[in-house]
Amino acid sequence: MASIAIENVVKTYAGGNTAVHGVSIDIKDGEFIVLVGPSGCGKSTLLRMVAGLESISGGDVRIGDRKVNDLDPADRDIAMVFQNYALYPHMTVRENLAYGLKNRKTPKAEIEARVAEAARMLEIGQYLDRKPRALSGGQRQRVAMGRAIVRKPAAFLFDEPLSNLDAKLRVTMRAEIRKLQKRLGTTSIYVTHDQLEAMTLADRLVVLNAGRIEQIGAPLEIYHKPASTFVASFIGSPAMNLVDARVEGGMLWFGGVSVPLAGAQGPVTLGLRAEDLRLAAPGEAAVQLRIEHVEELGAQRLVHGMVEDQSLTIALSPDIPLTDTLPIALPRERLHLFDAVSGKRIETRVPAFA
Amino acid sequence: MHRTRPFDHLILIIGAALLVLPVVVAFMTSTYTAAQIHTGGLQILPGGNFTETYSKVLTQKGGFTGQITGARMLMNSMILGIGFALGKIVLSMMAAYAIVYFRFRFATIMFWVIFTTLLLPLEVRIMPSYGVMSQLGLLNSYTGLIVPLLASATGTFYFRQFFKSIPDELLEAARIDGAGPFKFLIDVIVPLSKTMIAAIFIIMFVYGWNQYLWPMLMTTDESFFTLMRGIKSILQVWIGSQIPDYNEAFALAVLAIIPPVAVVVIFQRWFIKGLTESDK
Ligand SMILES: Nc1ncnc2c1ncn2[C@@H]1O[C@H](COP(=O)(O)OP(=O)(O)O)[C@@H](O)[C@H]1O
Ligand SMILES: [Mg+2]
Repeated sequence: MASIAIENVVKTYAGGNTAVHGVSIDIKDGEFIVLVGPSGCGKSTLLRMVAGLESISGGDVRIGDRKVNDLDPADRDIAMVFQNYALYPHMTVRENLAYGLKNRKTPKAEIEARVAEAARMLEIGQYLDRKPRALSGGQRQRVAMGRAIVRKPAAFLFDEPLSNLDAKLRVTMRAEIRKLQKRLGTTSIYVTHDQLEAMTLADRLVVLNAGRIEQIGAPLEIYHKPASTFVASFIGSPAMNLVDARVEGGMLWFGGVSVPLAGAQGPVTLGLRAEDLRLAAPGEAAVQLRIEHVEELGAQRLVHGMVEDQSLTIALSPDIPLTDTLPIALPRERLHLFDAVSGKRIETRVPAFA
Repeated sequence: MHRTRPFDHLILIIGAALLVLPVVVAFMTSTYTAAQIHTGGLQILPGGNFTETYSKVLTQKGGFTGQITGARMLMNSMILGIGFALGKIVLSMMAAYAIVYFRFRFATIMFWVIFTTLLLPLEVRIMPSYGVMSQLGLLNSYTGLIVPLLASATGTFYFRQFFKSIPDELLEAARIDGAGPFKFLIDVIVPLSKTMIAAIFIIMFVYGWNQYLWPMLMTTDESFFTLMRGIKSILQVWIGSQIPDYNEAFALAVLAIIPPVAVVVIFQRWFIKGLTESDK
């Protein structure tokens, strides 16, 4: 168990490509941190620098109170779970689990006890004498996790461990990883490009974009207060609607409708979550949505359409009858405003209803 | 799936018979006496001289010094074949391991330098190699027979290609598991390379076994003669009007076939098992 401090960490690959630009994260003991971002944003690079698989070009990484920049992966007291499992194909499950302990000269009885315990926790007891090739993807991933658990490391590092599994298995494994981590209380860093996985697993999320941190925060905090248009469009499904709007004289104008709003001026980017939008009541001020196409999801339907010349998506209950145009009310309490140029969030106040 | 028809079998049977026939003839002929062969020619049915021919070939001392037996030559060939194959596997595995897993300057250039030696067969460098061995005083020794043959790039090339196909994550997992370079080689790379090792062992053993020119240059002492040389020296013995020992030559030829065939049969099973078992 240990805290992890990532301080101004930079990675420049040979060839001059800088993949991580000065990232700092303070990870508390026992915390589950998820690094999330689109493919190529530097998540794996950051994780691998913590693991010791990539050299650190600048800044420091501390695990507990040790600076680990120059330590071998084996000496950092971490365990890693890889996307393709990386099990030793010629060893049985038992040997796979025991290998790291054997190399550390752990006494035989202790190894056996720990392997048995991990096998029980992960319910892989009946596969212990099989080779990895005789296991399904989900079982292999359990073994890979078992290999991390038996070592009782200070931290678990996960690099997209569920990406090779089918959708249904992913959901169950997600829950199991979460439960296991809570039970063991081991500090964890988890890398994924799947925002849903990130939301459901994390104590705190770190949203990365092009090697920089966009935002750090609890999942709901990020969902409700995205710090930039990038975060807004990345977290949440369907992606938040981002439309051009104007603020003039304390009023926000969009689609011919105005809402009182303080704290901004001029052209802005307005963020609207599909699930926050609803049908306007008769007589209520509403923007007119021309429906273009509809996605039926069963529990709800996503209606895609245009307001003037800007596209907008709205989530509606399937009971609501559809017409060519729908009147949509703007949710005064759930408006997200972003700078039209930099994309940074603008803090606004909605004046009390007069 | 394609349904196998009797006609396909017929073709296979004819093909197999055609290939096996010369070997059968050689074996059958070797069970006659030299005189019978001289008058009767090649034979397809077993003769009555099997035990005599083979025990004579294996145990009777012959050659110019009268010291060398067939068994001894068989042993020499065995030492050459196995020593050559094992040495080559160890050497080329280590070279490939260094090239693939260690970052050092000029690694790529080194690889291509090694690789270009593929273009130079033994015969091209046979004189300098002989000169070196003779100056080292290694003529007429197993070391001199084997070591100069080890220096070639085929094995290194195969192992390099194979190591490159092993996923990097395996190395990374092993590093996190606390395995150093040597442990990783022994615990992970070698077991994963089993099929590769089997394949190269087959090729190299047969190659070493069949060496003719190099042993001929390197060995003047008959106790180091290999089977390949021995067969020829038997046919050279034309003393007076004596009939050449055709039966013995055939018997030696048959004996010379057995070890390579055995190696192929044994290692092929291993090799195929590895191919069908391995995943990704
Ligand atoms: N070994 C490497 N050498 C050079 N560039 C690399 C290397 N590994 C990754 N990169 C680059 O660094 C960036 C981040 O990669 P990575 O951390 O793997 O992204 P992610 O895991 O978020 O998809 C990418 O632009 C990638 O091309
Ligand atoms: Mg990645």
